[in-house]
Amino acid sequence: MSLVSFLTILLDGLAFGMILFIISVGLTITMGLMRVINLAHGAFAMVGGYVVAILTGDGMNLWLAILIGCTAAGLLGGLAEMTILRPLYRKGEMAQVLLTFGLAFVSISALTEIFGPNPIPVVFPDYMTGQLDIGFRTYPAYRLFLIGVGLVMALCLWYLIDKTLYGARLRAAVDNPNMARAVGMNVSFLFTITFVGGSALAGLGGAIGAGILPLEPFYSLKYVVLFLIVVIVGGEGSFKGSFAAAIAVGLVDTAGKFLIPDVAPYLIYIVVFLLLLWRPNGLLPPKSVA
Amino acid sequence: MAAERPVAAEIGGVMNDPVNSNFENRGPAMANMNISMSPKSLGHLVPWAVAIAFFFLFPERLGQWTEILIWVLFTISMDLALGYAGIVTLGHAAFFGIGAYTAGLMSIHVTGDPIIGMVAATVLAGIAGLITGMLILHTTGVTLLMLTLAIAAMLENWANRATKITGGDDGLQGMELGNLFGIFEFNFFGVTAFWYALGVLFIWFLIAYRIVRSPFGRSIDGIRQNANRMRAIGTPVWWRLVVMYGVSAAMAGSAGALTSYKTEFVGLTVLQLLTSGIVAVMLILGGQKTIYGAFFGAAIYIMVRDTAAETYPFLSEAIIGIMLILVVLFLEDGVMSVPKILRRRPKKAAE
Repeated sequence: MSLVSFLTILLDGLAFGMILFIISVGLTITMGLMRVINLAHGAFAMVGGYVVAILTGDGMNLWLAILIGCTAAGLLGGLAEMTILRPLYRKGEMAQVLLTFGLAFVSISALTEIFGPNPIPVVFPDYMTGQLDIGFRTYPAYRLFLIGVGLVMALCLWYLIDKTLYGARLRAAVDNPNMARAVGMNVSFLFTITFVGGSALAGLGGAIGAGILPLEPFYSLKYVVLFLIVVIVGGEGSFKGSFAAAIAVGLVDTAGKFLIPDVAPYLIYIVVFLLLLWRPNGLLPPKSVA
Repeated sequence: MAAERPVAAEIGGVMNDPVNSNFENRGPAMANMNISMSPKSLGHLVPWAVAIAFFFLFPERLGQWTEILIWVLFTISMDLALGYAGIVTLGHAAFFGIGAYTAGLMSIHVTGDPIIGMVAATVLAGIAGLITGMLILHTTGVTLLMLTLAIAAMLENWANRATKITGGDDGLQGMELGNLFGIFEFNFFGVTAFWYALGVLFIWFLIAYRIVRSPFGRSIDGIRQNANRMRAIGTPVWWRLVVMYGVSAAMAGSAGALTSYKTEFVGLTVLQLLTSGIVAVMLILGGQKTIYGAFFGAAIYIMVRDTAAETYPFLSEAIIGIMLILVVLFLEDGVMSVPKILRRRPKKAAE
């Protein structure tokens, strides 16, 4: 393998991984915090993506559309958390799986009804659709943009979670929710705003990732397994773990497609399977689980 | 019992879910379930009588009815794994699919005999269950869920790729079925398929019914409620779970074989996440740990789905989704718990 193709795989894998990270990070934190398996997380990404696709299709500026799309996904997430997810926290895994499965179903049906069954594109501005010269080859600007956004989001989230009071509270609640409640923290409120934030981030990922994961009504069921893989492989509730896992999944999947195309479609599942047998709690589980 | 609780909580830690650890099934409700010659035991005949009655009353709906029987079988297998053993799985489609493809491939390459094909499908799915069970049943909760999901996804993507063997996305075509017992032909009317499904379901039903009431089944029940306590009293927890998972997988394989005989076609859908999801939906809808819940769950799901698809073709997923949400929120123990709920209400009012 030449150096050029090696670097190409690296960049493609990074771009894919960043998308997975942006979408999954909300899921990992809410799953770590609330112990709820949320199969509807993909639906929030999808809703955010659809809003952006419709608005940019009408000629709106991409960034403004993303702002609106994230707000929509966040509000919807908050609403779902407060109304139907809250009673789930005390129920078993299967009840959680099924209810959120039901939510995903409703979202599929609603979007098919309104926008039809075909994929709809997000219109990216010209400076993102072109190619950039990066020294050893020309490379799609869009993918570089994804890597950039992913890195910026990772930095912001790292600051938010590791350096702010909110982050300290969040980590405390993930590690031991009962203790957090006992020292007077309003954990329910923390749950809700975290859920809103996680859903908004998913919406962002759904929108800017539309070039790699096309937006269509079955989006939420199609990719939710990938998002769950990132969460579980990284370790539920572990922000750093999900970053590592998302990049790893992106790289493994992309490298597989380039190098062993026959095995690629299920390569990622084999890797995940072996990895979970080796480390059942994920790569970097938070203290409460480890 | 109450005095024992705290001890259990200590041993079990997080795993000891207070809801599951009360031994609600040991009461008189259980005694009713034992087959004996009391008038109440006539209730056991109801599902079978209904199934046979439907054959004569609605011959034009035979296809739908056969599909329900197949899904009842699949749902009972899910009840053994998820309901009784508490094995959280979203990958049961793997075994259903193995059964379907085995039966299909057998009829193309080896023999069209539906009984040999059925046995092969069942055994192969069972072996697959035992092997994967040995690998994954050390884990619990979300990790286990992910592992089962990964196995099914692996198989699905492999089947999609291996077009020479499975037909890939186009499905497996050209199944040549022989006659059942050399006499009854599988044809367009689906009469043979119906009776075959009913027969296979009945055999598996008896086996499942026997298993959950055996000492083995009791120990499985204990493992679900508190695995650590069972380990402490010397039960080989992992091994028991593996065996139960294997039996459940074999049963799912039979259901898969039936579905391929019914349609004489195997599509990739048999391996998809949606299939695993639907069977879980049916189980919850009907009620876990009842076996009979499977009959209600499968019948209600398929009838609602078909009616919704006929009346509101674009909203059928939404209707099923909403049904799911309502069941989880308000009818946690499924349709089978309705009589219990109704019985409880007046008592409360009287107090």
